[in-house]
Amino acid sequence: MLQQLEGLHLSARSLLVERGGRAIVKDVSFELASGEALMVLGRNGSGKSTLLRALAGLLPLRGGELAFNGGDGALLCESAHYVGHADGLKSALTALENLAFWASMLGAGAKFSPQEALEKVGLARIGDFPVGYLSAGQKRRVALARLFVAPRPVWILDEPATALDVGSQEKFAASMAEHRAGGGMILAATHAPLGLIDAKELRLDARAAHERAGVA
Amino acid sequence: MSSPLVALFLREARIARSIGGGGAMGVVFFLILVSLTPFAIGPDLNLLAQIGPAILWIAALLATLLGLDRLFQADADDGSLDLLTMTSTPLELVVLVKCAAHWTLTALPLVAAAPLLGLMLGLEPRAQAGVAASLLAGTPALTLLGAIGAALTAGMRRGGLLMAVLILPLTTPVLIFGVSTAAAASGGTVPFHTPFLILCALSLATVAGAPFAAAAALRGREG
Repeated sequence: MLQQLEGLHLSARSLLVERGGRAIVKDVSFELASGEALMVLGRNGSGKSTLLRALAGLLPLRGGELAFNGGDGALLCESAHYVGHADGLKSALTALENLAFWASMLGAGAKFSPQEALEKVGLARIGDFPVGYLSAGQKRRVALARLFVAPRPVWILDEPATALDVGSQEKFAASMAEHRAGGGMILAATHAPLGLIDAKELRLDARAAHERAGVA
Repeated sequence: MSSPLVALFLREARIARSIGGGGAMGVVFFLILVSLTPFAIGPDLNLLAQIGPAILWIAALLATLLGLDRLFQADADDGSLDLLTMTSTPLELVVLVKCAAHWTLTALPLVAAAPLLGLMLGLEPRAQAGVAASLLAGTPALTLLGAIGAALTAGMRRGGLLMAVLILPLTTPVLIFGVSTAAAASGGTVPFHTPFLILCALSLATVAGAPFAAAAALRGREG
């Protein structure tokens, strides 16, 4: 089981993220505590990925405040898993080698060994297969297995269900529920329902449309 | 569970050894470039011996830069670089370890092959040893300077040529002192240790400085 994570708190106040000099994410605020999930919704180009990348520390914040209390004073980017559009896997290495690398790189104290993590995403038998031979859905599942080999309290997921079949989506929904039950936090951008129960919603659409009207 | 940096080094080594990883490419390129030279210049042994160290150095310079453009580009493309910046390991150390792995797998074979190729260029044993020693001391500087260029062009498609254009001028001092070290080994007015120590200093300076420059370039890649 997850060690119980209590007292996590993430608060964002009027965040501003720019790309190429244009404000993509503007005036976004939310609060999130242990066990809660945030669904970031919006059309293509509404800034979902940009917001999540900024939260993961991969893009600089141009304005606003982001405060994270992870208990032991760790930074958000070091307490968070990020699953983006790219899977972060080396196609020349096997699934197990990839996972073992990320296990030692992302943090010690793993709850699951790489093999157990693969079993959790239903890929127990392809562990010693080079990732380059796997299908898109299988690659995505190996990328999601990374969430289990290094325990981190915050999951930042950008379209995590892309290319997953129905069975895998249900499995992953169960894993997310388990993570939240253990006190973890999930921020996800999605178009498809992810099976996150009682998730807070953050809509980027309305604001973007409003801004565009204002500019025009 | 191995420490993060050891794991990173082993991963780089595995990728370089796999098919298409490009680990052996540098030394093959080096071999071809050096063996073409006698055909171009003609079988004048005295001339070859005179310009041999310079040929070996230019070939080593190009061979080192050959695979370097993929140093960060591959990780940027598949999303690994994002995850590497989110670890508690400083990005500067990640850069340094990646360079160390690249140097071990690409430049070290060049150092080992240089004396053998020196034979083809008619170098005396002392000159062969001098070339090998100068390459051993000087190639870390080439790898680390190249890493700055690789970091600057990591977000670009086909950034390899731009990287070479950015970095080749910066490698001039390394080339000058590398060749003069090799020349001093086979006799001359300059004692061997003078250019050799400057070459070592250049390598040490890049070890100290280049990881910071490359990490800063990687962090500023977007936004």
